[in-house]
Amino acid sequence: MKYQSQKVAYWYFLAAMALFGVQVLGGLVAGWIYVSPNFLSEILPFNVIRMIHTNALIVWLLLGFFGAAYFLIPEESEREIWSPKLAYIQLIILLVGTLGAVGSYLVGIHGGREFLEQPLWVKFGILVAALIFLLNISMTVLAGKKTAITNVLLMGLWLLSLLWVFAFINPDNLSLDKMYWWFVVHLWVEATWELVMAAILAFLLLKLTGVDREVVEKWLYVIVATALFSGILGTGHHFYWIGLPGYWQWIGSIFSTFEVIPFFLMMSFAFVMVWKGRKNHPNKSALLWSLGSSTVAFFGAGVWGFLHTLHGVNFYSHGTQITAAHGHLAFYGAYVALNLAIFTYAMPMLRERAPYNQVLNMASFWLMTGGMAFMTFVLTFAGTIQTHMQRVLGDYYMTVQDDLAIFYMMRFGAGAAVVVGALLFIYSMLVVHKDEIIAPGPSNPVPGE
Amino acid sequence: MAEFLTKSRARNIFYGGSIFFVVVFVAMTAHSHRYVVNTSTAGMPLTEEVILGKHTWEAASCINCHTLHGEGAYFAPELGNVMTRWGVQDDPEAAFETLKGWIEAQPSGIEGRRQMPAYQFTDEQLRGLAEFLRWADQTDTQGWPPNDAG
Repeated sequence: MKYQSQKVAYWYFLAAMALFGVQVLGGLVAGWIYVSPNFLSEILPFNVIRMIHTNALIVWLLLGFFGAAYFLIPEESEREIWSPKLAYIQLIILLVGTLGAVGSYLVGIHGGREFLEQPLWVKFGILVAALIFLLNISMTVLAGKKTAITNVLLMGLWLLSLLWVFAFINPDNLSLDKMYWWFVVHLWVEATWELVMAAILAFLLLKLTGVDREVVEKWLYVIVATALFSGILGTGHHFYWIGLPGYWQWIGSIFSTFEVIPFFLMMSFAFVMVWKGRKNHPNKSALLWSLGSSTVAFFGAGVWGFLHTLHGVNFYSHGTQITAAHGHLAFYGAYVALNLAIFTYAMPMLRERAPYNQVLNMASFWLMTGGMAFMTFVLTFAGTIQTHMQRVLGDYYMTVQDDLAIFYMMRFGAGAAVVVGALLFIYSMLVVHKDEIIAPGPSNPVPGE
Repeated sequence: MAEFLTKSRARNIFYGGSIFFVVVFVAMTAHSHRYVVNTSTAGMPLTEEVILGKHTWEAASCINCHTLHGEGAYFAPELGNVMTRWGVQDDPEAAFETLKGWIEAQPSGIEGRRQMPAYQFTDEQLRGLAEFLRWADQTDTQGWPPNDAG
């Protein structure tokens, strides 16, 4: 830790990991209800559990992004954070809002737009927290050194905060409601969040591989250019069947196909930098998460996204388990794994230790990644059968769902592996042992290399 | 990467191109907004009842189990065409009665069957919800879903 105020990130990461735990446990319960539908049905219905599962995910990812910004911007700008006090106030507002939202959901008070169910006062809280954050981080960058990483990170965070305004706009006309809803949902995860992801990934690769900054930053601009050039008009792939004009079928199909490119480039970027890098960084688990994140993001967001993005395919697959398969692997690869990468990199420094528990951490990577991959495969099979039976043959929804029971059982097993992996990750971050389970080899096995 | 692509050129392409795509996107969504209001949803007036129905839909968070025009959770049936599936799309009174009967029968309590919670809606809210679902059903969704199963 080069700057004292980076310590702020520690508390953001702790809060994020706590919510990560809530999120995966919520997911596990929801997965169990698919297997045993009467479970909790009279006390805590599925819709509330799902709300907690998705909302906890979004909030912890954002807490991770905020924490990552507070960690990396001092290093990039070469100065302390403008006001650490404001950063803590921002965190407190977000935590009060989160607890308030979860409490409201449990007693049945919530909005009705998917993912944006937070009560109005919580939405305002998020807005205020975002404004505090933008002020704090912008003042830090303006007073210090400006790099491509800070430029892109700030642009992503500014734009995603501005788009939050659409969370307050809910037209009475359902089709308009849906169109503006995507301004938050799509333009977050398929545009502005990609900027944040690419910037954090660039920072990690810069530190872990030691490749020249000029090279890293050129890659970064190319990646984010392809992300926005494809992602903005790619919004059209959500506009096929909600009452919008037919031209979106072509615009959406063409541009969302290009959305694979930034993810392919991020994966290539990560591997090329490691290949070219001369540095033998001791934090191997952070490197594993960085490579893993960009790879799984390419498959989850890129390949599984393309799988059902063309309008001729989507006409049949829209709103089936195919979407659920894609959603899980994309979020895991792009945003969960990337957050865990920066936690893994930063936590030892924030606790002023050498990288620790790397074996446990890497084991958690394979448990979570393996579990998520398996879940994605079984949901893809379930979705394929569902698409054929329901959309082609015209069998009724519930009849088809009963036939998919075996896949939901396998999904529950996969989910349990993810939960074990997540808990192992949190344990490996928080509890320090004296030695690694397996002693590492020498740091420079080949002399002169 | 090729020599002609310097860091500052890459940066300028990123900023310039992004602004271009934002402008195109804003223009297209402005057109789409007008299209929704004047064409695709114009088959049925957006009455107070429909709006009340939408608020009822939201307060119960139906979207976290069902899909509507294919969006939402995938735990319960698609409702964008439920009035057609029930054969009551052109009969507001029958739509209300069928929906009321359905809601009052929940939860079914059948072992091994997904359970819909019990909702205590007033008749006014139920009428609104029925009108809202009829309103959604008449929206021109480019022919989606492929069949009545939703």
